[in-house]
Amino acid sequence: MSGHWEVVIGLEVHTQLATKSKIFSGASTAYGADPNTQACLIDLGYPGVLPVLNAEVVRMAAKFGLAVNARIAPRSVFARKNYFYPDLPKGYQISQYELPIVESGELFIRDDEGNEKRIGITRAHLEEDAGKSVHAGFGKSSGIDLNRAGTPLLEIVSEPDLRSAKEAVAYMRKIHSIVRYLEISDGNMQEGSFRCDANVSVRPRGQKELGTRAELKNLNSFRFVEKAINYEIERQIELIEDGGEVVQETRLYDSDKDETRSMRSKEEANDYRYFPDPDLLPVEIDDEFVEAVRKTLPELPDAKQVRFVSQYELKAADAEILTISRALADYYEAVAGSTSAVAQVAANWVIGDLSALLNKENVDIQKSRISATKLAGLLDRIADSTISGKIAKEVFEAMWSGEGSADEIIEAKGLKQITDTGAIESIVDAVIEANPGQAAEFRAGKEKLLGFFVGQVMKETGGKANPGQVNQILKTKLK
Amino acid sequence: MGEGDQAIHQRTLAGLAKGLAAGEFSSRELTEALLERIAKHQATLNAFITVTADQALDQADRADQARASGNGGPLNGLPIVHKDLFCTRGVLTTCGSRILDNFVSPYDAAVVERLAAAGAIMLGKTNMDEFAMGSSNETSFFGPVANPWDTKLSPGGSSGGSAAAVAARIVPAATGTDTGGSIRQPAALTGTTGIKPTYGRVSRFGMVAFASSLDQAGVITRSAEDAAMLLGVMAGHDVRDSTSVDHPVPDYVAGLGKSVKGLRIGIVRQHFDEGLDSQCAASVKDALKSLEDAGAELVDVDLPNIGLSVPTYYVVAPAECSSNLSRFDGVRFGHRAEKPEDLLDLYSRSRGEGFGAEVKRRVMTGTYVLSAGYYDAYYLKAQKVRQLISQDFRNAFENVDVIAGPTAPTTAFAIGEKTDDPITMYLNDIYTIGANLAGLPGISVPCGLADGLPVGLQMVGPHFAEEALLACAYQYQQLTDWHQRAPGGFL
Amino acid sequence: MDTTLHKAAGIILPPDLLHLSHRQESPENPVSLTKEQVQHIATLARLQLEDRESDDVVEKLSRIVDFVDQLQAAPTDDVLPMAHPLNMSQRLRADEVSETDQRDFVQQNAPSTEGGYYLVPKVIE
Repeated sequence: MSGHWEVVIGLEVHTQLATKSKIFSGASTAYGADPNTQACLIDLGYPGVLPVLNAEVVRMAAKFGLAVNARIAPRSVFARKNYFYPDLPKGYQISQYELPIVESGELFIRDDEGNEKRIGITRAHLEEDAGKSVHAGFGKSSGIDLNRAGTPLLEIVSEPDLRSAKEAVAYMRKIHSIVRYLEISDGNMQEGSFRCDANVSVRPRGQKELGTRAELKNLNSFRFVEKAINYEIERQIELIEDGGEVVQETRLYDSDKDETRSMRSKEEANDYRYFPDPDLLPVEIDDEFVEAVRKTLPELPDAKQVRFVSQYELKAADAEILTISRALADYYEAVAGSTSAVAQVAANWVIGDLSALLNKENVDIQKSRISATKLAGLLDRIADSTISGKIAKEVFEAMWSGEGSADEIIEAKGLKQITDTGAIESIVDAVIEANPGQAAEFRAGKEKLLGFFVGQVMKETGGKANPGQVNQILKTKLK
Repeated sequence: MGEGDQAIHQRTLAGLAKGLAAGEFSSRELTEALLERIAKHQATLNAFITVTADQALDQADRADQARASGNGGPLNGLPIVHKDLFCTRGVLTTCGSRILDNFVSPYDAAVVERLAAAGAIMLGKTNMDEFAMGSSNETSFFGPVANPWDTKLSPGGSSGGSAAAVAARIVPAATGTDTGGSIRQPAALTGTTGIKPTYGRVSRFGMVAFASSLDQAGVITRSAEDAAMLLGVMAGHDVRDSTSVDHPVPDYVAGLGKSVKGLRIGIVRQHFDEGLDSQCAASVKDALKSLEDAGAELVDVDLPNIGLSVPTYYVVAPAECSSNLSRFDGVRFGHRAEKPEDLLDLYSRSRGEGFGAEVKRRVMTGTYVLSAGYYDAYYLKAQKVRQLISQDFRNAFENVDVIAGPTAPTTAFAIGEKTDDPITMYLNDIYTIGANLAGLPGISVPCGLADGLPVGLQMVGPHFAEEALLACAYQYQQLTDWHQRAPGGFL
Repeated sequence: MDTTLHKAAGIILPPDLLHLSHRQESPENPVSLTKEQVQHIATLARLQLEDRESDDVVEKLSRIVDFVDQLQAAPTDDVLPMAHPLNMSQRLRADEVSETDQRDFVQQNAPSTEGGYYLVPKVIE
């Protein structure tokens, strides 16, 4: 980024809450149903129907609030945000405006230099999602599917504390991690369960007032967040440096063209006419409820990371990776807890070989074809020198292919390491005898040739000889 | 006069219940008689938008069977009609609006459900001001309703069809809704008894919203006793309405016998100012005297901010309605403009064609008072004044049990008389709006005739004082016979 | 992705309309809304006004606004706004699916549908 400019970013993350029924009706929230089959009279905004609040959304919002060290409002109020759009059946969205359920929270990310940085969370409020418009396939019409209308959303608004696209992504990932740890959202970005808008502005370094911001919409992947923000930063800086002015507006990110574009002419703006929804009463939350929710909080990523470092003596960076997802962390702990291998070795395997395979095959850790117990079994065989690290990779791949446990594979394939000193000595003798020239050179001081002899021995044993033993015996015999 | 001497249509609900129980007539005979009466007077009064004859006769047969087998709910076989603001499954529900002139509700309102479950028979849906916005029944897309006392006059509104049908002895009872006086004012102007319960007493589920924080369902009947019978069935908690109150429902009928002796009745002096027609004032004062003679105590009370109730209402109600009526957009139900050019055209023309002038004015007023730059000055200000008015009532009810006075400033006015000036029309509700703003129950009972036209006495009580209001009204109706006076052409 | 487009559907009063002066006028000299203002409110409310209605709407709406303007005189410092007649809190319902599919029945009321979708003129963004 141009050194002269400081970037200021605030994010609004919208996360669908993983309830069974909608925020104000008893219709199902399941994804992927036939159009309008999960839109009941309340979701459709029929005349005379009324909203009744789902208890679970209140609990989930409170849980989130506690997880980010926020204040849970003893009294919060639903308001109507009025505007006309076909996917908004009532002509207003029920949201929270002046009195949101969660206020003044925080979380910690690593900034671009790798230092811990606090990001303020201004508020998180409950609202209903809108339906979907389908623009293709209906000729001159658009088709409206209201199945998603009324799905509960928690909108999490950050302070303008983020200073780069990378930080924005780190923040969004942290929120993603937290809502999934809390099991309040599936966080599925393909299905739109987790998406965000970004408010982006730039100002000359040192200036106090914020620059004019643009609101970027339609950011439904971590990659798009980063690309859209970076594009927008460039655009604003160029605009200003060319003597122009940034206009406060909403811009849509087009991932195909990798650019943001204005959504409407600047004459238009919004007048949502917010007012308290008279069909709903204030939501009151007492301390008892808050404390009960607090008791259900799981260990969160930051705390888990600290514990992993102290309990398993992991490198901080590894502990951070392992705790991004609760499922990964649970898997790791299951491995580390049932193997005699060193915990860091277990971490290396989970972060390295296992994660690589999971990524390659696009499989969730929960659906890993190698269970934690099986991986632990493999690590045990390395630890007790039954197999070498190199052989272990072969066994690992066989395990992934479903050929059985580590022991079964080692047995079936005869991969057990040769540790019988007598057997290794006779192979070593044979190798020295077959290579008298090299033996002479070694003895004359060319010690680099040890590697050659080790290789020859390993070749002869199909890699099964214990490398340490081979080394030692070679050194003795070549003296 | 013994009930046996009365024509079937002259009887009150209580009287009909006795007749049915005694086997004087069947529910089917009763239903047929009243359906005939509906048909006979529809052209003159225009009180109905829909008549559900077949459905009513089926219900009547079932009620007769239930009675024969010793079953049946508390209202078994008794005919009623619903204001066309209550959703009725499989039946047209128009709200008096073109925008819903083809709308068949897929579900029943809570009120409809409860009354049907108690055995009541629905004969039809009554005409009303469009979306209950009006005080004269002239804003209906289906044309104005005539007042049975003089068909050139308005029956009041918005529950004008319900009031006219009950006053004309077409049906014994009708449901209504009251947002600013829409039950009590037409009851006063037609010589019927109308009660608006405490906000939250009756479920709003299925009652098409006008102003959600003010709307409340109630009934129009020919006696306090009948109102008590119906309200007991309609009232009660409903989990589908977040604003419905979980508060026990007393046996209103059993409570009717409570004497007014010692009852402290508050009188608001401002209510007898020059705005009140002098003949109406005289009738109301006579009524208060009767209650005093029966042992009640009249006490002056002050409601210092009550004068601001009408302007407060005309900010709050339009604001809420502007939002409530956004759902009528020509997409999922209701009127849709022909060949819309684009989305904006679809919305603007469907709504422009579908809504009448008064509804448009209120939607626009509401849009204005909520819009950026005006919210604090109008909407928030009105909410604060609403608080002051409510506090005035709370203070007053520390000293009195009920507050009594006129229901409306005049008797019935001519159709067309006030349509040119919205403000004059709005001031019709000057005595009734306060109860809506504060969420209080109110009842209007006939208390005299001025130049041959009915005058209403309004009584307002603290929250959940329906039992006291009904008892007081009932006791008053034991002392007087104003509620039994029928309009000449409809005996 | 469409939720992100919502704001495109809202419209605000242009700045010149935001500085209306009528509240500064004395109540004895009520100032009417202008035709442009009224038209703007009508657009915000998605109400097409016919030319013949327009003057009448401007005149009557002005009278209503002037009428409710008398609220300005009420002293309301330190008064809490009252949104609701009941002093109660929101009741919560259990998170249970209680609704079943009624689409075909309900869409009998819909002016235009296809394949289970509600149809509107193409939404252009």
